[in-house]
Amino acid sequence: MMDFTFWDILRNLLLATRWTILLSIVAFIGGGIVGMAILLARVSARHWLRRFAELYIGLFQGTPLLMQLFLVFFGLPLIGFRIEPWSAAALALTLCASAYLAEIWRGGVEALPKGQWDAAKSLGLHYPNQMRLVILPQAFAITRAPVVGYLVQLVKSTALTSIIGFDELMRTSNAIANATFEPLTVYGLVGLIYFVICRPLTLYARHLQLVGQAR
Amino acid sequence: MAYNLNFDWLSQAAEPIARGAVATVGLIAVTAVLGTACSILGAAAVRSRSPLLRRAVGSYVELIRNTPFLLQLFFIFFGLPSLGLRLDPAIAATLAMTINLSAYGTEIVAAGLDAVPNGQKEAGRALGLRSAQVFIKIVLPQALKVIFPALQSQIIIMMLESAAVSQISVRELTYEADMLQARSFRAFETYFIITMVYLALSFCLRRLLGFTGRKYLIGAAP
Repeated sequence: MMDFTFWDILRNLLLATRWTILLSIVAFIGGGIVGMAILLARVSARHWLRRFAELYIGLFQGTPLLMQLFLVFFGLPLIGFRIEPWSAAALALTLCASAYLAEIWRGGVEALPKGQWDAAKSLGLHYPNQMRLVILPQAFAITRAPVVGYLVQLVKSTALTSIIGFDELMRTSNAIANATFEPLTVYGLVGLIYFVICRPLTLYARHLQLVGQAR
Repeated sequence: MAYNLNFDWLSQAAEPIARGAVATVGLIAVTAVLGTACSILGAAAVRSRSPLLRRAVGSYVELIRNTPFLLQLFFIFFGLPSLGLRLDPAIAATLAMTINLSAYGTEIVAAGLDAVPNGQKEAGRALGLRSAQVFIKIVLPQALKVIFPALQSQIIIMMLESAAVSQISVRELTYEADMLQARSFRAFETYFIITMVYLALSFCLRRLLGFTGRKYLIGAAP
């Protein structure tokens, strides 16, 4: 058996933290891109597109992320893709994040007064330009606080990817806890690391919300 | 290689799935009741006049909200035994879920308390009620009415997160799914069916909570 000093534990945990952060960033960017597409479908004039986006959002918000991870991890090999835990984790989190982000942004689009659409139309803009120049920038601006708030959720949900074997902070901490027989120290430190990542985001979201309310 | 989906195993799986679903529903039912009660206490503490109480409950809320549920679960189940406190998996899961839900619930209920106009409190006091009576009879019912949809969503989110408690071998829905896929070697099909069961559960839970909320909370005169 190997002896771990406190610093060994901390160093290994910090090394694993970069995977947690990287996965969060990838899922946030991916989720933002896919979420944009879902948002456009969700607020489109075509009934079937709206219906599809509604189902998509309902599916991802109505089922556990753990199940989504399992379905991607076990499902993609069935249709011929070899997949490691890293890509499965990134893909599942991207899909899940896209549903939540689309729903947050939809709230922003629907919060805009109807006059904004009319004004955009009366300027002679076509639908894509109405969206791009008038509606979306305002919708994004008023939903900044919930988006940052969701980012906190996303960072925390990366912990679940340890269950399908992605070696991020949580999985590393389990391994270290088992090797050192010091679960309290290890999980305490891991809690501290997550807290240090998430707490500034929480504070930033609260700040954005206060600024938004003051306007 | 073409892959054929195979659901033949499903006929023997109905019973474990039902058992798991009942366990999941049981977990969330207990958690929802305990969590709501703790949230109300927490919110009362966060908005109380005692700085010590405000600080203590405020730190608890921040700590829980900024760490993953899975970590909280492991801390309780694997960490506490080294302090001499060994918990049954189901108890540990209920505890972790209640602790988690209460942190979010405290913020939600506290926001509801803020939404009740101050005049209501003053009116209550003018009627000669003591401050505990003002809180329970006047402020709280109005606050609960405002925050019910948010609380309902949080309870459903907690039910979906409860899938993680299979990791400490609580025999709920995800645990049964793991067992089934180990027996049938049909991982994708198993998790697909279980995902649909979760979808149905969250749909029903939303309807049920919405119905009870409308009947006993929203419809009731404050």
